[in-house]
Amino acid sequence: MQLIPSNLHIDFIGKRKFALIISAVMILVSLGALATKGLNFGIDFTGGTLVEVKFDKAPAIVDVRESISPKGFGNAVIQEFGSPEEIMIRVQNKDAENSSVISTAILDGLSEKFGADAIEMRRIEFVGPQVGEELTRAGIMAVLVSMLAILIYVTFRFEFRFALGADAALLHDITIVLGLFALTGKEFSLPVIAALLTVIGYSLNDTIVVFDRVRENFAANRKRKNPNEENGVVNDSINQTIARTMMTSVTTLLVVLALFFLGGEVIHDFAFALIAGIFVGTYSSIYVASPVMLALSGRFKSNENEIKEMEARP
Amino acid sequence: MHSFPRWKYGLILTVLVVSLMGALPNFTTAPSWWPSALSNPMSLGLDLKGGIHLVLDVDVDKAVSHSVEEDIDTARQVLRKDRIRYSKLASDGNSLTIVIKEATDADAAAKIIAENFSTYDISNPAADTFVLNLKPANDKEIRKFAVDQSIEVIRGRIDALGTTEPVIVKQGERRILVQIPGYEDTTHAKQLIGRTAQLEFKLVDEKGDLEKALSGRIPPGDIIMYAPEQTRNGKSFRQPYLLKKHTELSGNEIADARVSIDSRFNEYAVTLKFNSKGARKFDKLTAAHVGERFAIILEGTVNSAPVIRERIAGGSAQITGSFSPEEARDLAIVLRAGALPAPVKVVEERSIGPSLGQDSIDQGLNSIIIGSILVLIFMGVYYRMFGMVANVALAFNMLLILAAMSIIGGTMTLPGIAGIVLTIGMAVDANVLIFERIREELALGKTPLAAIDGGYDKAFSTIIDANITTLIAAIVLFQFGSGPVKGFAVTLSVGILASMFTAITVTRAIIALSTAKRARIEKLSI
Repeated sequence: MQLIPSNLHIDFIGKRKFALIISAVMILVSLGALATKGLNFGIDFTGGTLVEVKFDKAPAIVDVRESISPKGFGNAVIQEFGSPEEIMIRVQNKDAENSSVISTAILDGLSEKFGADAIEMRRIEFVGPQVGEELTRAGIMAVLVSMLAILIYVTFRFEFRFALGADAALLHDITIVLGLFALTGKEFSLPVIAALLTVIGYSLNDTIVVFDRVRENFAANRKRKNPNEENGVVNDSINQTIARTMMTSVTTLLVVLALFFLGGEVIHDFAFALIAGIFVGTYSSIYVASPVMLALSGRFKSNENEIKEMEARP
Repeated sequence: MHSFPRWKYGLILTVLVVSLMGALPNFTTAPSWWPSALSNPMSLGLDLKGGIHLVLDVDVDKAVSHSVEEDIDTARQVLRKDRIRYSKLASDGNSLTIVIKEATDADAAAKIIAENFSTYDISNPAADTFVLNLKPANDKEIRKFAVDQSIEVIRGRIDALGTTEPVIVKQGERRILVQIPGYEDTTHAKQLIGRTAQLEFKLVDEKGDLEKALSGRIPPGDIIMYAPEQTRNGKSFRQPYLLKKHTELSGNEIADARVSIDSRFNEYAVTLKFNSKGARKFDKLTAAHVGERFAIILEGTVNSAPVIRERIAGGSAQITGSFSPEEARDLAIVLRAGALPAPVKVVEERSIGPSLGQDSIDQGLNSIIIGSILVLIFMGVYYRMFGMVANVALAFNMLLILAAMSIIGGTMTLPGIAGIVLTIGMAVDANVLIFERIREELALGKTPLAAIDGGYDKAFSTIIDANITTLIAAIVLFQFGSGPVKGFAVTLSVGILASMFTAITVTRAIIALSTAKRARIEKLSI
């Protein structure tokens, strides 16, 4: 079976201006959402206590709130988690208060109201304010360090402009996935950082496959008597690898969808980040990495104004 | 087609056998003759097994200031011994200030301070003033000791819970990671772990005026401490006591602590047995102060202050206080395990109930199975025979990940399962690259065998570059990650490495085997 014909000739590079507009819009929307709505940081970063409880029958959220208000947690975030019987309660840390106190008080309040047998502790998470700060710093560091490591590796294996193209694609992907989290208000937790780094790995994987073919075709092209324009060579390379790009996206998407639908509530947002990442990662390896790489090159004969115009865009 | 080297078949066969053997303990008990390196099943993380996960922060600054405070006692003793009068003895954090009264004593003071305080850097800013700063090396030593000691104490307490395989390890400079698998009562565990369990015996100052002391005039060398809050006639109050500051005996001198029944009130109590040094001290104390009271101070509050009726030589004491049986048992546990050298605070907790753990395993396995089936079908349909070869490699890959995780003693976590699921999707990528390349070669008009060679050769560098870059992200994740995230990084890395082997070498071997016998191949099933 072959869904994508081998003699495909789509003018990807020719449409790069159009793609740049799409990317620019997506990035602006993302940055806007991040600036106005911001990320819904989970307790991993803000510090706080999370208690997940399973009731024997679905309780009313009002009753749950009523049961913990006397303990001083009336303003807790209370929500269903996966099923109506499962309730997640999230509170901010009060100053200098110890975790044991908060989660114990919440569980006590619940068992006083509903009876100790009616509730079952599913999960308690507490992150102290200091740990939250450390995790935030470590998360940012991780993204920066991996981008730097990739920059070095790709420069070493390819050329500097390829590395910049790859990193531009990564920034593009991360910004958009983050923007999506801000837009949907999904909780941004530690596993989502893991998902983001995986998206980095995945998107890069795609980009490298295209670049690898570009490198191969550049080498072949230079040996010719009348070398083609770099734009054309890059476009051919994308066309040659598009079947693989699509196939891998499909297989990865299949398993990530399985994770999204079957993996349970805890892993849900993680899978969501991966799904978003696969889409933008696939897109960026075609429409962001290569055009940026081309724009950064002084070696190919292209309209000077066009380069300036492209560089001026966000 | 290039001939496929013999040794590679051998390598594949070896890896296959080792993987099968390494994976076996996950399904059944390995026979006794099984190699020990291959006999361990993969361990499940707390998020799958259920249990308590705590990160504790040891207040090491307190340990240092406490140790310096204790040296005030030493300073008092040595100065008195040499009859050097002082006007100030004070500690602040890791420094100690001594001000002497007579300038003529300065030389003698300087000498004995230097003799007795070798762990301090001593400066002499004024003739009568000595400032002692704890040497950095000793400061560090005290901090390290406080954490190590806390680990021992906490281990003792947790062992008393009777759970299996608790993990208590140092994390960084001053933190302790505590994991108690399969234990659900987080409240109880935290109470037990967090108690300082500091036990002190001080004499009551029978001559001092408690009323005056309460109004602010505390006699020198004395201290006011309170009994726990009580409610009587609808009013709550705390009984104050005027005590001598000096601690006569402490929890360090306890050899054993057991739950007992107090015969007078028929209540639960804890009977302490002192060690030989403690027993001697207790003997001396009770002999010298018959008729006076001594206070038993537990974690900063006065538990009781019985009158010493006669000299007690046996070396045991009893703590009462209308305990419930559980309270008495917990108190005995913490006193037996010893006091924490510094207060500890829970800075992170991730505890999972057993049912959530089981749900996560079930859901994780479901996504692995469904995800694999989808990929297997897709590859089979899309690449036909070659797809089936890739599927065999994928199964091999799964086996290899399982075996590798078991052999390296890895821990499977929920994000780890996600890592495996993701690996399934990405593992076939290498094969997709190769197969697409073979198709291209065929389209260029090459013969089937030449196309296979071309496909593998040309895809090779791409596969390496693509996987190494993903590996970079996984390694960074491992460096930065805590607990569960680390599990994800480990399975992802193992998965990437395993997939490079199975997707390149194993598929090649299968294809080489299946084409070797045939003289001519007209068409590839790809």
